[in-house]
Amino acid sequence: MAGGVDRPILVVSDVEVVYADVILALRGVSLEVPEGAIVALLGANGAGKTTLLRAISGLMRVHGGEVRRGSVTFAGQDALRLGPVKTVRAGMAQVMEGRRIFAGLTVDENLRSGAFTRKDKKAVAADYERILELFPRLAERRKSAAGYLSGGEQQMVAIGRALMAAPKLLLLDEPSLGLAPRIVEQIRDIIVAINAGGTSVLLVEQNATMALSIARLGYVLENGAVVKQGTGAELLADADIQEFYLGTGEAGRASFRGLKEQYRAARTGSVS
Amino acid sequence: MKRDDMVLTAVGVVILGILVYLAFDGPQKFFTLFAAGVALGAVYALVCLGFVVIYRATGIVNFAQVGMVVFGAFVTYNAVNTWGWNYWLSMLFAAAVLAVIGIGFERFALRRMTGKPVFSIILLTIGLYLLLQSLIGAIWTNAKDTIPNPWIGKTVSIGSVNVLQVDVVTMILGAVVLAAFFVLFRYTKVGLGMRATAIDQEAALAQGISVPAIVALSWAIAGVVAVIAGTMLGSNATPKVGLGLGIAAVALQALPAMVIGGLDSPVGAVVGGLIVGVSYEMAVGYQTQYIPSLGSNGFADVLPYLLMVLVLLIRPSGLFGAREVQRV
Repeated sequence: MAGGVDRPILVVSDVEVVYADVILALRGVSLEVPEGAIVALLGANGAGKTTLLRAISGLMRVHGGEVRRGSVTFAGQDALRLGPVKTVRAGMAQVMEGRRIFAGLTVDENLRSGAFTRKDKKAVAADYERILELFPRLAERRKSAAGYLSGGEQQMVAIGRALMAAPKLLLLDEPSLGLAPRIVEQIRDIIVAINAGGTSVLLVEQNATMALSIARLGYVLENGAVVKQGTGAELLADADIQEFYLGTGEAGRASFRGLKEQYRAARTGSVS
Repeated sequence: MKRDDMVLTAVGVVILGILVYLAFDGPQKFFTLFAAGVALGAVYALVCLGFVVIYRATGIVNFAQVGMVVFGAFVTYNAVNTWGWNYWLSMLFAAAVLAVIGIGFERFALRRMTGKPVFSIILLTIGLYLLLQSLIGAIWTNAKDTIPNPWIGKTVSIGSVNVLQVDVVTMILGAVVLAAFFVLFRYTKVGLGMRATAIDQEAALAQGISVPAIVALSWAIAGVVAVIAGTMLGSNATPKVGLGLGIAAVALQALPAMVIGGLDSPVGAVVGGLIVGVSYEMAVGYQTQYIPSLGSNGFADVLPYLLMVLVLLIRPSGLFGAREVQRV
């Protein structure tokens, strides 16, 4: 999309989220996903990445959270008012952290459940074939209970299921979590392939190397606020990112105690 | 083969052996009892299915189901007897009424309890059961002891075995309704939504499956199967159950049937229902003859619970209950 002005498909503006009326999980987060882009969202455990995804996809209320301030605009619609079902219908699909496949259902049924909101049977059937081509392993195991698949295969089920909704925007929450490096590479290639097909991607990752290597833009979340943003290349080259997320900076070779102290200093600095 | 499978197989073989012995010993008596047992089992299966769909959708054992069975019988009775409607039309009408009542219970009572302790929710369902029961007492003060129907007192002969016509109707109706449910459950999109919701509500929501709609549908199904079960019980003239609050006692015996089959399994509901139905009738017919030391009658009412305990000891999740799918 070089040259043209990118129309964002997702605009998150100054979102504040409170859990159980007291716990402030997001304190004014803003980010944009340009149409057709992969955007990486980085951050440590508890930074608020999953919370942000829930705010976007409408699953916040299930967890007793509430968006107190700000707005989420998806393809021109107010996503905060849509609720989870209409959000999917509007063209947003989410791969949740921990895969959350339907373990007792077959691979086939898992995939079909992703197309629940769609009416056009022909288009669904075509997407089904396309997804089985993208994941040949799943085609072989279509009739087995999804719960018996390996971790990597389960992640493919989760991604394939989300794709069955024919999403314009795909939210991916830690797709590399707990997978072997070789499988992580596969997942990365799949995300690139999905994106090449025209689907915008918001990729939440702890594996910053993987995420930034394919992202056009990246955001770093800490303690419920964006502390850094830039293009994927900028962030990959950023000294702090290298230290804290890639482990290749100066501190990567320093003692562990030193790293922890630096990290703490940076964190308290970012909040105030 | 796991140990519990072996023990269950052994128990099953013994029970089957007893049944085969009884069948050869006196075929006419056996098959008369067996037919009555299957008809009763079909009713249990329907009541169980009502329990199971709601348990799967919401994780609640819904005692209001028992009240819905009785109430459904009385609504059918009212349409047939007071308004003079056609029997089938009356049952259809009652099914619609109970579906609405079920959805109403969920929408205005149970949904407010979301996130509350399961114990409080179950107490609420018992409260709803008592509410229905007292409504019945208030509305239908002088009800007859049977829903008027075309088959009262008539039997049909199959070989030398006489079967009550009501029982035949019950078996056919039960088979049709259960088959319809399984087609819905296994082969339709809505059924897929129901199964997905039972496994992981949040993940189902994330696929755009409307969990509130699935829960409402589950309550409606529970209402419909309650009416069919209740109407069939209420159409069976004395000395069988007949129309009255005694239906509740029978409906409650669907609980052991459900536990035997497995709380979350529709297949288990049918198998558990048939096991309890047949064993109940067998106990009624044979216990005084073979084990007179257990008293003159009443043992049949205890047997379902004994079987339940036996199954629980061997396999706590029931015969068909989910032992979680996981890799090892």
